[in-house]
Amino acid sequence: MHRNYRLLILLSPVILWLLCFFFVPLISVLTYSFVERGTSGGIEWNFTLENYQRLFDGLYLGILWRSVSTAFVCTAICLLVGYPFAYYLACYRPKWRNALLLLVVVPFWINFLIRTYAWILILRTEGLLNSFLTFLIPGFQPLELLNTPLAVQIGLVYGYLPFMILPLYAALEQLDLSLIDAAKDLGASPRHAFWHITLPLSLPGILAGSMLVFIPTVGAFLTPDILGGGKVSFIGNVIERQFKTALDYPFGSALSFMLMAIVLVGTVLYFRALQGSES
Amino acid sequence: MKRLFKINILLVFLFLYIPILVVVVFSFNSGDQISVWEGFSLAWYAKLFKNPDVWRACKNSLIIAGVATFISTVIGTAAALAIEKYRFRIRTALTRALYLPLIIPDIVLAIALLTFYVQVKFPRGLTSVILAHVVFNIAYVTIVVRARLEGYDDTIEEAALDLGANQWQTFWRITFPLIAPGIIGGALLAFTLSIDDFVITFFTAGVGYTTLSVYIYSSLKFGLTPELNAISTMLLVNSIVLILLFLWFRGRNTQTS
Repeated sequence: MHRNYRLLILLSPVILWLLCFFFVPLISVLTYSFVERGTSGGIEWNFTLENYQRLFDGLYLGILWRSVSTAFVCTAICLLVGYPFAYYLACYRPKWRNALLLLVVVPFWINFLIRTYAWILILRTEGLLNSFLTFLIPGFQPLELLNTPLAVQIGLVYGYLPFMILPLYAALEQLDLSLIDAAKDLGASPRHAFWHITLPLSLPGILAGSMLVFIPTVGAFLTPDILGGGKVSFIGNVIERQFKTALDYPFGSALSFMLMAIVLVGTVLYFRALQGSES
Repeated sequence: MKRLFKINILLVFLFLYIPILVVVVFSFNSGDQISVWEGFSLAWYAKLFKNPDVWRACKNSLIIAGVATFISTVIGTAAALAIEKYRFRIRTALTRALYLPLIIPDIVLAIALLTFYVQVKFPRGLTSVILAHVVFNIAYVTIVVRARLEGYDDTIEEAALDLGANQWQTFWRITFPLIAPGIIGGALLAFTLSIDDFVITFFTAGVGYTTLSVYIYSSLKFGLTPELNAISTMLLVNSIVLILLFLWFRGRNTQTS
């Protein structure tokens, strides 16, 4: 068989699939975002920029700000908790290292819906956390935790912490420990060695982990929906409403396109930063 | 210092596993409150098995995941073989395009497919969901199979060809058995992700085509009952079985290479 013929057989299915069910649908959203809304979920084929102008409405800017700032805080918390975790596993090399790593990966295989739902059991007013605190502290008034920004924040950290730990571990594991020993031999304090050697060398891991946490959290739909109970909306929730209840497909498409633009810009910045850190 | 690290590790695991444990424990609760313990019982499991909606949802989930896994495993493996064994002009571009569905938020992919289906008047049912699942599954299968193909020794294939085997025989007798653990691993991952997917299914399925994830979501929205804990635990057991299978194949992966 000729080489090109074989390549054609191997590649045409994937290329066709991506074209038909990925790139064409993306073009479809893009066109929808530039047309007028029709009646009951329909559209009118008249060109308009109105859907994009609406994005600058104070309401939507506020929601955009909430999505981005919550995603940022989530990334920071994951980094602060995940870094020492990965550092210990990679640099101290405990006996149970592989088992511990596996336990970090396992939640990834468990239904995200269930993992989010679990927090309802814990956070609701008559839930486990409040029962526990009432048991511990006499006269304790149960806290309203569910359907608050805090609940959403906890749910997001819970959902995406493993995505931070794994790339951090991968970066720290490749670290040449003799470099740190050399620095210490030359008189550097452990803190100095950490800030000037370990941290800069683990930067690719920090960047990768941050991207893996930030991107899905900024576009999150389920966590704010379930733990925010309609009171804490993200861009994802506004998009859902346009397609499920408001039936304003063009505006929903404009929102989707903006969300994708944010994520793609973030990805490009990430690769720039990565190249910078490697050179 | 070392103690602080250990405390951090302990806290992370408590944080990761307590919620899951809570769901499992409360699935055996006899009361009708989701999080107030009243006594041990299997009543909610009994109720679950008698619920026809759950069975229907289960069937839809299995059909979607099964067909989507099969299609994406074939396409993804072919793509991985092409990317790892050949150098061609669009190789870098294709690799990037392949992983793009994983980078963009799932709600954007869901909306894109929904508007596409509406625009071309494609009926929304099980097929529309399967076509959508294949898009993100291809990427995962390709990643896992490519990992298996790394460091793959081409000379064995050349030897087979020299000894008179044709391309087809060489593939099925040499290449396929060698990369099979990777293919099965990729398929298991695709199957799990397909069963667990909610967002893409929610937007691309037609009315009346409920999957388990969509069923769980609706019960979450319209009345929390301990039945939810029981379904969740069943799905959890399912995930654990799939992980063990995946690990077993990965173990064979490292033994043979």
